[in-house]
Amino acid sequence: MKFANTAAQQRVHDEEVQGLSRRNIWNKIFKGVCFTATAFSILMLLVLLIRILTQGIGFLDWGLIVNFASRNAEDAGLLAALAGTIWLMMVAAPVSFILGVGTAVYLEEYAPSNKFTNLLQTNISNLAGVPSVVFGLLGLTIFNRLMGMGASVVAGGLTLSLLVLPIIVVASREAISAVPTDVKHASYAMGATKWQTIFRIVIPTALPGVLTGTILALSRAIGETAPILVLGALTYVAATPSGLLSSFTAMPVQIYNWTGRPQQEFQDIAAAGIIILLLMLLFMNSIAVFIRSKFQKRF
Amino acid sequence: MEDRSKLSVSERIEQRTKGSGSSSFTEKLMPVVFFICALISILTTVGIVFTLLFETVTFFSNVPFADFFASTEWYPFFSDPQYGIWPLVNGTLMIAGIAMLVAVPFGLGAAIYLSEYASEKVRKTVKPILEVLAGIPTIVYGFFALTFVTPILRSIIPGMDIYNALSPGIVVGVMIIPMIASLSEDAMSSVPNSIRQGAFALGATRMEVTVKVVMPAALSGIVASFVLGVSRAIGETMIVTVAGGASPTMTVDPTGAVQTMTAYIVQVTQGDAGYGTPIYYSIYAVGMTLFIFTLMMNLLAHYISRRFREDY
Repeated sequence: MKFANTAAQQRVHDEEVQGLSRRNIWNKIFKGVCFTATAFSILMLLVLLIRILTQGIGFLDWGLIVNFASRNAEDAGLLAALAGTIWLMMVAAPVSFILGVGTAVYLEEYAPSNKFTNLLQTNISNLAGVPSVVFGLLGLTIFNRLMGMGASVVAGGLTLSLLVLPIIVVASREAISAVPTDVKHASYAMGATKWQTIFRIVIPTALPGVLTGTILALSRAIGETAPILVLGALTYVAATPSGLLSSFTAMPVQIYNWTGRPQQEFQDIAAAGIIILLLMLLFMNSIAVFIRSKFQKRF
Repeated sequence: MEDRSKLSVSERIEQRTKGSGSSSFTEKLMPVVFFICALISILTTVGIVFTLLFETVTFFSNVPFADFFASTEWYPFFSDPQYGIWPLVNGTLMIAGIAMLVAVPFGLGAAIYLSEYASEKVRKTVKPILEVLAGIPTIVYGFFALTFVTPILRSIIPGMDIYNALSPGIVVGVMIIPMIASLSEDAMSSVPNSIRQGAFALGATRMEVTVKVVMPAALSGIVASFVLGVSRAIGETMIVTVAGGASPTMTVDPTGAVQTMTAYIVQVTQGDAGYGTPIYYSIYAVGMTLFIFTLMMNLLAHYISRRFREDY
C-alpha cells in the first residue's frame, strides 16, 4: 500500500516536472518571439538609415547646399529649401513658444477647475490627434485665402505653429508642474506677487523642460511636408525668401518633389537631401538632450 | 510715519500693493494674456471645424449628398465627374489594415519584451532608439517605401504595380510600431510588481504571468494604443502619396494602386484645380470625412483608456 502510494506520487511528480519543463519551453519560445519583434523593429531603422546613407552619400557635395533647384540633377541644390525652412522656423519658433508656454502657464497657475478648463484640456489633446493634412486645409483657408497672406512664409509658419502647439503645451505643463510648491511659497513669503513669482521663479526654473519640448516640437515641424504642401508651398523655387510674404519651399517639400521624378539621378539627390534633413534633426535633438541633461534642476 | 506703524500687517500689505500701481496692473493683465494664449487652441479647433463645415456645405450645394455616400465611383477629373467617397475610404482602410497587421504584432512584441523580459539597461537603450524611429519625417518613410520596399516586393510578387497598397501599408506599419510599443509598454510597466510576484509565487512562468496577469491588467492601455495607431495610419499622408498611387478604386487587391483620402487632398492642391470649382470644394468634403474618422478614433481611445482603466 505504502509502495503503491509513493509510485502514484512519483507519477504525479514526473508529470508535474514534465509539465513544468514544457511550460518553461513555451516561456523561452515566447521570450524569443518578443525579442525578435524588438530586434526587427530596430533592424528596420538600421536598414532605412543604411539604405539612405549608401544611396545618398556619394551625391552629398557643396553644390547641393549652395545651388538652387534645377531641371538638371547635377546642378540641383537645396538652397531655396534650406532658406525656406529657416524662414519658416523664424516664424514658427516664437509664435509656438509664446502660445504654448502661455497656455501652459494659464492651465497650471491661473485656470480655475471648471467645465471650461476641462474643455480646454480635452481640446488640446484632441488637436494633437488631428491629421497634419487637415492643418494644411486650415492654413489654406484661413491664412492663405481668408487673411490674404497667400502661400507665404508667414502662412506656413503659423500653420506649423498651430500644428505643434499641443506638443509644447504638454511639455511645458509638465515642466511647470514640476516646480516645487515650496519654492513658490518662499517667493510669496518674500512679498512677491503672483506674476512676479511666475516670471522670476516658475518660468526660469521650468525653462530647460520648456525649451526641450519646444526644440523637439520644432524638429517635428521641420519634417512636416503635408500641411505646407496643401497650404500651397511651391515645389520649384529658384530664390530664397526675401520677406514674410514671400513664397517659399522647404526641405521636405523639395525632397518630395525629387522623389516624384522618374529619373534615377533625382532619387539619388533626394537621398542626399534626406541625409542633410536627418543631420539637421539629429543636431536639434542633441541640443534638446544637452539642455535636458545640463540644465534640468532636480529638487 | 507714526501712523503707519499702528497699521496691522494685512493693512500694510494692502497699502503696499495699492502703492505700486504698475505692478497691480500687470497682476491683472497677465492672466488675461495667458488666457488669450489658451484661447488660441480653442480657436484652432473652431477654425478647423468651421472651414471644413463651411466649404463642405458649398460642395454639397453642387454635388448631391446621395452621390457622395451612395456612389462607389470617384472620378472628379472626368468631364462627367463622379463623387462617391467609398473608393477613397476603401484605399484608406486598406492601407490602415495592412499597417496594423504589421504594427500590432511587432509593437506589442516589443512592448512585452521591454516591459517583462529586458533588463533595465536594455530598456533604457532600446526605448530611445525606438523614439528616434518615431521622429523620422514621413517623407523619408515615403522615399524608403517607393525606392526600397516596392522594388523588393515587386521581385517577390510578379505583376505588382509600381504604385500599390502593400508597400506603403507595410511602411506605415513600421512607422507606427514605436508608438504602439511605447504606449503599450507604459501601460504594462504601470502594472504593480506585487501582482506579478503573486503569480510567480503560485508557480507561474514569466510567459504565464505576462499573458494571463499583466496583459489583462493593462488591456485598456494596450487597446487604446492600437486605436491611436489606426488613427495615425488613417491620417498619414506622405507615405501613401509617394508610394500608394492615385487610383481611387474599390479593389481589395493590395498589389494594385489605390488612393487614400489624404493622398487625394495633396493631389488636388498640387494640381491646377481652380479656386471655386467643385474639385476644389471636394477636398474639404474629403477632409471632413477624414477629420470625423480620426476624431472618432481618438475619442474612442480616450474613452477606452478612461473607462476600462484598472485601479490598483
